[in-house]
Amino acid sequence: MSSNADIYHEMIVDYSRNPANYGKIDDHDVTFHDSNPLCGDSIDIDMKIDDDKVTDIKFHGRGCAICMACSSVLTEITKGKTLDEARAIDKNDVLSELGLEHLQAVRIKCALLSLKVLKSALYAYIGEHLENTQDLDTLKEEAANLY
Amino acid sequence: MQSTESLFENLRQDFPILKRTVRDNKPLVYLDNASTTQKPNQVIDTITDYYRNHNANIHRAVYALAEESTEAYESTRDKIASFVNVKHRQEIIFVRGTTEAINLVAYAWGRPHIHEGDIIVTTEYEHHSNIVPWQLLTQEKHAKLEYIRMDDDGELILDDLDKFLATGKVKLVTFSLMSNVLGTITDAQKIIEKCKTAGVLTLIDGAQAVPHMKVDIEKLGCDFFAFSGHKMLGPTGIGVLWVKQPVLETMVPFHGGGDMIREVHKYETTWNDLPYKFEAGTPNIADVIGFGAAIDYLTKIGMDNVREHEVELTKYAMDALSKVKGLHIYGTKDMSKRGGVISFNFADVHPHDVAQIIDEEGIAVRSGHHCAQVLMERLNVAATSRASFYIYNTKEDIDILVNSLNTVAKVFKL
Repeated sequence: MSSNADIYHEMIVDYSRNPANYGKIDDHDVTFHDSNPLCGDSIDIDMKIDDDKVTDIKFHGRGCAICMACSSVLTEITKGKTLDEARAIDKNDVLSELGLEHLQAVRIKCALLSLKVLKSALYAYIGEHLENTQDLDTLKEEAANLY
Repeated sequence: MQSTESLFENLRQDFPILKRTVRDNKPLVYLDNASTTQKPNQVIDTITDYYRNHNANIHRAVYALAEESTEAYESTRDKIASFVNVKHRQEIIFVRGTTEAINLVAYAWGRPHIHEGDIIVTTEYEHHSNIVPWQLLTQEKHAKLEYIRMDDDGELILDDLDKFLATGKVKLVTFSLMSNVLGTITDAQKIIEKCKTAGVLTLIDGAQAVPHMKVDIEKLGCDFFAFSGHKMLGPTGIGVLWVKQPVLETMVPFHGGGDMIREVHKYETTWNDLPYKFEAGTPNIADVIGFGAAIDYLTKIGMDNVREHEVELTKYAMDALSKVKGLHIYGTKDMSKRGGVISFNFADVHPHDVAQIIDEEGIAVRSGHHCAQVLMERLNVAATSRASFYIYNTKEDIDILVNSLNTVAKVFKL
């Protein structure tokens, strides 16, 4: 990557203008909000979950082009996945989709805010619907290791 | 005697960092001075000289080094006294910065004086450091925090203050002398006059004002005044809290420990004289002395010259930026009410994206909420880009900034 400004390629700019899956789901099964204290970026994710599958997902909030593009891609990746598959989504799944593997440290938080919100939403949902309380510790550990 | 124009051209030589390049061999264009300023050789050398030749703890030992160290440390107190015109050196307390200064007041003055139902008044354009300490205090004491609102030009609506003062419950009015986002210069004289009539104390956050204009604390007539060294060529980690002596005498200690005591017994302690009662532990000696060098440097230039230079730059920048299509500048256009700070948004491009793209041209501007989220809410924006100027900035710096916005427009197809 020759220059940091190269990250602003067509796809990022387009997503920032026309984000995918932008909006709210009024009858969501789970919703989660988080913000980045350093820059004020703020993201909400709503999900509809049927038979342990993410049947619909939308996000809303405000953020920079990187944040909006990554939120778009993340929601596109997540839609249709089972809860376990969604739980396994890794930051590189999002970054590589947009060619942001070498994003500088200061912008990584912009890129991954929505992933943090998604994972928190998933843990909240799974935690509420757990049948086996033993899994709770695993879940808590996974949540603690998110960042 | 050199002309002021050549004075400002030549002083760039004193700042080693301005000689370096960033990114793709681009000369550094540093426009984040409201956040922190660069340091001249005179300050850097004073600090290294202290550690190389004079380092010793102050106020205690009798040997030569300790005497030199104490004298250098205390001489900064005198320099500050004359720089911002205060009569009594014992009213000047060294702290880490403006944030610590305000927290000190909230703790050491606020805790004994604020009670249930009391009101503390601040403003909508404060930095978080002049909001959060008061939230903590008023929540603990079941007191109330009220805000003087801001109009669309970024000026305070002082009718609000009259309304609060009329309740008879206001104990303190606290405000910044210059907004760190909008550059608005507060009409401090008017606020203080109203407060004095009502018998209410005033605190001024001078972090943005003292580096950029002549400030006369005696003439202002406030009760508390805070500012930081690093925003005026000095090192980080050193700032000043000034408190009028009769008020200072009603305050409880902030930190307990060495240097702030007179006598310590098993179960009781008596306090040291002012200001040492509020300077517990070994202070930031080297940086206090470095701060003294920064004050010497600014004194030599003259604060009226500093202000004049920045007014000229800011006018030039406001003209140039307002010609950029899609660019919105926040705050007043009246230069007599504005310091060298310009916050803007460029079409629908997020400030972080603006900052990152122009960073490729070597330009350092701040993007974000500038620790003023209450103000961001008032402006109904998540963030702004902010360019802020200082003595070493030039019109060429502004030309580079304005040109770089073309790149932003190209990338975002504006």
